Amino acid sequence: MASQSIIFRETKQGKGFYILLAVLGAFLALGALSFFHAEHHGHHVTGMNNQIVWGLPHVFAIFLIVAASGALNVGSIGTVFGKKIYQPMGRLSALLAISLLVGGLIVLVLDLGHADRLIIAMTHYNFKSIFAWNIILYNGFLVLSAIYIWTMMDRKAKGFYKPAGVAAFTWRLILTTGTGSIFGFLVSRDFYNSAVMAPLFIVMSFVFGLAVFILVLHFTYKWTGRELGDKVMNRLRYLLAVFIAGVLLMELARHLTGLYISQRIGVETFILRDGGIYTQLFWVVQILLGSILPLSLIFCRKLKDNRLALLLAAGFAILGGFAQLYVILIGGQAYPLTLFPGAEVSSDYFDGAINGYTPSVWEIMLGVGGVALALVMVTIGVKVLRFLPESLSDAVADPHSK
Amino acid sequence: MSQNRVDEYRRKFVTALGGVAAAATVAPGFFLREAQAAGEVPTRSLDQAVTSEKRWGMLIDITKLTDGGAGMVEACKKEHGWDNNPLSRDDQKAHWARVVNVKDKLTGHSFSLPVMCQHCENPPCVDVCPTGASMKRADGIVQVNKHICIGCRYCMMACPYKARSFVHEPLTDQRSYSPRGMGTVESCNMCIHRIDEGRLPACVEAAPDAVIFGDLNDPNSAVSQALKAMGGKQIRADLNLNTGVRYHGI
Repeated sequence: MASQSIIFRETKQGKGFYILLAVLGAFLALGALSFFHAEHHGHHVTGMNNQIVWGLPHVFAIFLIVAASGALNVGSIGTVFGKKIYQPMGRLSALLAISLLVGGLIVLVLDLGHADRLIIAMTHYNFKSIFAWNIILYNGFLVLSAIYIWTMMDRKAKGFYKPAGVAAFTWRLILTTGTGSIFGFLVSRDFYNSAVMAPLFIVMSFVFGLAVFILVLHFTYKWTGRELGDKVMNRLRYLLAVFIAGVLLMELARHLTGLYISQRIGVETFILRDGGIYTQLFWVVQILLGSILPLSLIFCRKLKDNRLALLLAAGFAILGGFAQLYVILIGGQAYPLTLFPGAEVSSDYFDGAINGYTPSVWEIMLGVGGVALALVMVTIGVKVLRFLPESLSDAVADPHSK
Repeated sequence: MSQNRVDEYRRKFVTALGGVAAAATVAPGFFLREAQAAGEVPTRSLDQAVTSEKRWGMLIDITKLTDGGAGMVEACKKEHGWDNNPLSRDDQKAHWARVVNVKDKLTGHSFSLPVMCQHCENPPCVDVCPTGASMKRADGIVQVNKHICIGCRYCMMACPYKARSFVHEPLTDQRSYSPRGMGTVESCNMCIHRIDEGRLPACVEAAPDAVIFGDLNDPNSAVSQALKAMGGKQIRADLNLNTGVRYHGI
């Protein structure tokens, strides 16, 4: 598995641990408050409506779920593809994956009109629904990631390390295919119904998951006074760049296809040119700040080995990813459904009109609560179990391995 | 299985109570018949299961609708009480049916039509529902089983016609025959309670000269005959959903 010199240790007891938990706990409490408020009064207290049926909570939830499958990649590269330098990070990678998924799912579930009927979602399956398949995929991902962690932590289970890693990696690819297909299978919406949504979401997961992993790795090491060398971080740095470029390629293919098919030109020009906030989010936040800027920060020669530049690159990649999901989800719904191609339609119910959406504070609170839950799980996880190597300095991380 | 037993028990109980059994012996099957210009709905005896022998549908001749279907929409509102959403914003209020005005960009040709659930043969809302709450009854009626709807709104994302609404607030003064529920999705159910009693849907009754309702599977039904003679267009026919609601004049 990992190099001989790698020793895993729990993080130490300290004031910082409790301060972090208290801060995250406050956000968790706000998330809980938001749930009870909407659950009691109904969704009329939110910004969502009968046109924009999925709102900010879904942006948060899907970001976290997609990032979860991507966070597991760091472990998979070590286990499945045998890159030794990644192997010491496998445990944290799987812990982060589980935490992000639980954080995302909690937002998704608590936004349901009937969150109390979760048991129905677990017992009544319509197997033609990709949503139903996703419920199975999410649960399976949690189980496989937990088994993967076990094979890394228990010497007796070492024999299952590789198969568990391969199983978790395969499962996560299927899982993100499922998440992308939630949109890909929507026959009536020109902005969604495309097989490219599945691979797009997979590459997006590579970016989101790795960016979150980079930030979590850096700050856990910094706040616990452990050493984290540039060799490890530079591997992650260039990997992030490759993934960002991958997303750009998929987006290019998706939008060019949309512009080529006259049926889709309406929604494409809306998103790319006339969509106001959605157009700005796409060009300024997703493309410029979320893709071009991180690539520049990574490849600028003067910023080589510059940790701050890498952290900024990861942070902007996350911001860009969030904007990307906002544009896909909300922008895609903002554009009206086409009932009669080539005709202007109107009604007293927003037919033919661009649908408005302003997220309420409750939706922001719920979404941030999900993020807080994921971070609480990681914080407690690394405290009580041996997830983190004592050191990932250049000497320890074995840079000369393949 | 247990649900079937409950249904069976309930059917027997109701049959015995109402003395319907006697009538059923006289004319097993369809023992009441309501025939009008707007179509016909034979009454199904309560001990008979709904089968796919019938497929309910309607033809709306918009050239005969003087109000674009506003009267039909009003009748639907009154029947199901879905306009009772005082707390919801306009974009959150329920709409089981609405009048859509259409104007061709090139020719300027314009018309209005009522749009509601189109009761597709292959409904996207049923395909995507994770729990099976969004369902198509054997006789072609697409509706939501509000007992197992978890309120995920995926069906609303999938519906090409924006026919579905999510209930955004607590409800009062509901119709006993058309229960709704906060946190669940709802839509036109072709007045399933009326059909089961051998009555026409409320919107059809409101526009008897413009709408013909009946069994699309029966080539001799009034609606099938009218469709054969006049044709009947589908909204978004390109999606190949084979809708149960057809239009003349669009």
